[in-house]
Order: sequence, then structure tokens, then C-alpha cells
Amino acid sequence: MELQRSMVDGSVCMKDSAKSEISSERTLYPYVTGTSIIGMKYKDGVILASDTAGSYGSTLRYKSVERIKQVGDHTLIGASGEISDFQEIMRYLDELILYDKMWDDGNSLGPKEVHNYLNRIMYNRRNKFNPLWNSLVLGGVKKGQKYLGTVNMIGTHYEDDHLATGFGNHLARPILRSEWREDLTFEEAVKLIEKCLLVLLYRDRSSINKFQIAKITDEGTTIFPPYALKTFWGFSHFQNPSKGAAGTW
Amino acid sequence: MDLDLSAPHSTGTTIIGVTYNGGVVLGADSRTSTGMYVANRASDKITELTDNVYVCRSGSAADTQVISDYVRYFLHQHTIQLGQPATVKVAANLVRLLSYQNKNMLQAGVIVGGWDKYEGGQIYSVPLGGTILRQPFSIGGSGSSYLYGFFDQAWKEDMTHEEAEQLVVKAASLAMARDGASGGVVRTVTINAEGVTRKFYGGDTLPLWHDELEPTNSLLDLLSSSVPEPMST
Repeated sequence: MELQRSMVDGSVCMKDSAKSEISSERTLYPYVTGTSIIGMKYKDGVILASDTAGSYGSTLRYKSVERIKQVGDHTLIGASGEISDFQEIMRYLDELILYDKMWDDGNSLGPKEVHNYLNRIMYNRRNKFNPLWNSLVLGGVKKGQKYLGTVNMIGTHYEDDHLATGFGNHLARPILRSEWREDLTFEEAVKLIEKCLLVLLYRDRSSINKFQIAKITDEGTTIFPPYALKTFWGFSHFQNPSKGAAGTW
Repeated sequence: MDLDLSAPHSTGTTIIGVTYNGGVVLGADSRTSTGMYVANRASDKITELTDNVYVCRSGSAADTQVISDYVRYFLHQHTIQLGQPATVKVAANLVRLLSYQNKNMLQAGVIVGGWDKYEGGQIYSVPLGGTILRQPFSIGGSGSSYLYGFFDQAWKEDMTHEEAEQLVVKAASLAMARDGASGGVVRTVTINAEGVTRKFYGGDTLPLWHDELEPTNSLLDLLSSSVPEPMST
């Protein structure tokens, strides 16, 4: 069945029936997306890292997207996937924290509670076939207890000492499994994270050389300003790879 | 799961919004195409939401028109209740709300631009899906593909109004030269503390690019001039 759709200012064109109005039953695909998030516990707290890219299909359309945000006093959240859904999740979380603050009872929601709340939202949307198209990493510290967890669009959730989303799962986690230790100092943790970020920059098409690192400790949260890393291209093999075999890549 | 991530599903348009040191300049081409036919060669894609906020529309005509109409209606009420002009941020967020909540049914990529007394000139990009992002400049529509590199090189902070206007016209005209779905005239709207100014850059007043020739009245004029135009390959 052919479907007609009007284009800019009144013209009409044939619409691809696969993308036709299935109305508000389900989200089909994401538009503006963020790539990997990396998270890991270290001696004093938790570190999250990401790049600041918002891809639009294969185009690196937006280059200053903040994908790591603070939630209340004790939690950081990092998001990959559809940015509009992340912005909506931030609205839910900001409201949650606001209502919590309004009790003014000396208690505040910690990362475990926020994670549980998010998990309910994500899983219920998944059951209605209308997911929030994200993979989220939540890190935080409350009363000395470090927390690092993840939840994604189908409701899968778990905690670990180090986590990643998207490509990070394949490229960053092996590095972390091998080199992570419980007692990393902040400096060592940053070096390890940067090692992972560099690999993602080399090997993930939707990553850019503009990163944000955020840390959270019992003292508080810091989201550092965006910065770029130096890349290495000096391998002798890179000079002339086709030398012995014309046409090779 | 079959993900269609070839998202650049934007349509026959080039739209641009840039901030400068006193406000914003919005620009767009004027071509509306029905498949291969140009249905309207002088359309106006920059639409008023309030006195101080305009929106550049790309995507489905119906969708963007209806969104604009709703947002204009809401903003009108909001202005009355507020007792002063609405802010650009509020206008952009209203557009985002409609876009996001109906994301499965809409095909609308817009750029909201305007001026208010709190933040001065602002540009907000609201692409497909309903993400909202404030940017110093933004491009959209099918013609924008040809402008990413251009803006990476030509954009600078704190331009004067003349520089900003010329940048927008140059960019739109470059996109129109290469994008079959963009063409016609370039319309610009400048919004600042003083108010709103509409400009129109007709076909022949736009600069010529590579492999484009100076327009003439007729071959006969060329033949009757002393030196015939040389042929070129």
C-alpha cells in the first residue's frame, strides 16, 4: 500500500511504507545518538567518561553534547543511545530529586535508589514496546559506599567494578578486566580511562576527539571540562603498508 | 533487531541559523519539490512564532506547519499570562515537546532562533526525534550535508551583522548549487533588540560558484559583442 506524505510547504511525495505511521505504539529507531560510556570504581569513588558526540546516522552532527550529568548529591549518570530520550530521563530524574529534596528530612536518594527507579521506568517502557532507547551507566558514592551500575533499553541491569556501554563493552572492558585494581588513585584511574577512550577513538566510527571525564566521591562531584587526546600514528608499518603487496590495505 | 540508522532523512531544503554579536540571522532556500517537479520556487520556510522568535522548517510541510501553529498559539497565551515577550528557550522547548512526544508520527527538523532580553540572540536545534540543543549556529535540511565542512572552516564567534548575513547567504547559495532539492531564492530573517528584518536575495544576485556561468539575456547578445564567448570544456 502506497502512502503519501506532504513535504516542505505543501508538496507531496511517496512515503516509504516501512516507516509509515505506526502511530504512537512503539519507537522504531533512534535518530541522534551518543556512543560508549565508560565507568569504573577507584580508591576514592567512581569515574565516568564519554566523548561529547551526537551522531545523526553516520554524520557526526553535534560535537558538544554533554552525555554525563549529575543527579542529586550522590550520583552521576552517563547515557548512550538516543539523546532526546536521555534528555527526557533527566527530566524524570530532576523531578525525582526535587521531590526528594522537598521532604527536607535530612535523607537523600543515593545511586542505588536512582538505579532502581530508572530500571522500573526502562523495563516498563520495554514491556509496552516503546523503549527509551538508551544504555545508561550510574555511578555514585553514598556514606563511603561506592556504587556503579548499568541499565539499558530492555531493562537489563547489573552492577560491577567497571562498566561500559556500546562499543566500550567490546573494546574497553577487556582492558579494564586486565588492568583494573581496587586501589587505583585518581591519576592512575584517569590514565586507564584515557587508554580506553583512545582505543574507542581509533576504532569506533561514531566517536570524536573530545572527551568528558567526571568523578564522584564522598566529598562531591566534579565534571571536568571537555578536552582532546593526542593520537599516535608513528608505527613504521603505517608509513607504507602497500610496499610488499600492492593493493593491500 | 532491524535498526534503520541511516537517519539523515531530511528533505528538500537548506536551513541555517547563526548567532552574531547582537542577535541571530536565520536563512533558508525557497524550493519545494514534489519528486522531481518544483511545486513552489519561492516558498517561505522561515515562520514567525512570536515577534521575537522565528523557526526555520525542514521535513514534512504538514507536520512543521501544524507544530508551528500549535506553538504560536501556546506562546500567544503564554505571553499574555507572562506580561512580557516569551523567551526563545520557552519557544524552542514547546517545539521540542511536540516533536518528542509525537516522534513516531512526525517528520520535522527545525531550527528555532530569536532574541530576548535575558540571553540575547539564541539558536536552538530541534532535529528528528525531539532532541534539543543550543548551538552558536545550526544547519539543517538535505542541503546541509554540503555545508558541514564549509561551516567548520568559515564560522567564527562574535561576527558583525553584515558578516553573519553574508555567511548565511553564501552558505545557502553553496548548498543550493549542489543539492537538487534546494534552490530558488535565499530568504533571511534577522532578529535582534531592535526588531525583525526580512531580506530577499533573488536568483541572479547570488554569487556564482564553480562551473556556473554569468547569466545573459540571449546568445544573440553574446554574438553581437565584439569578442564571441570562447567555448569551454
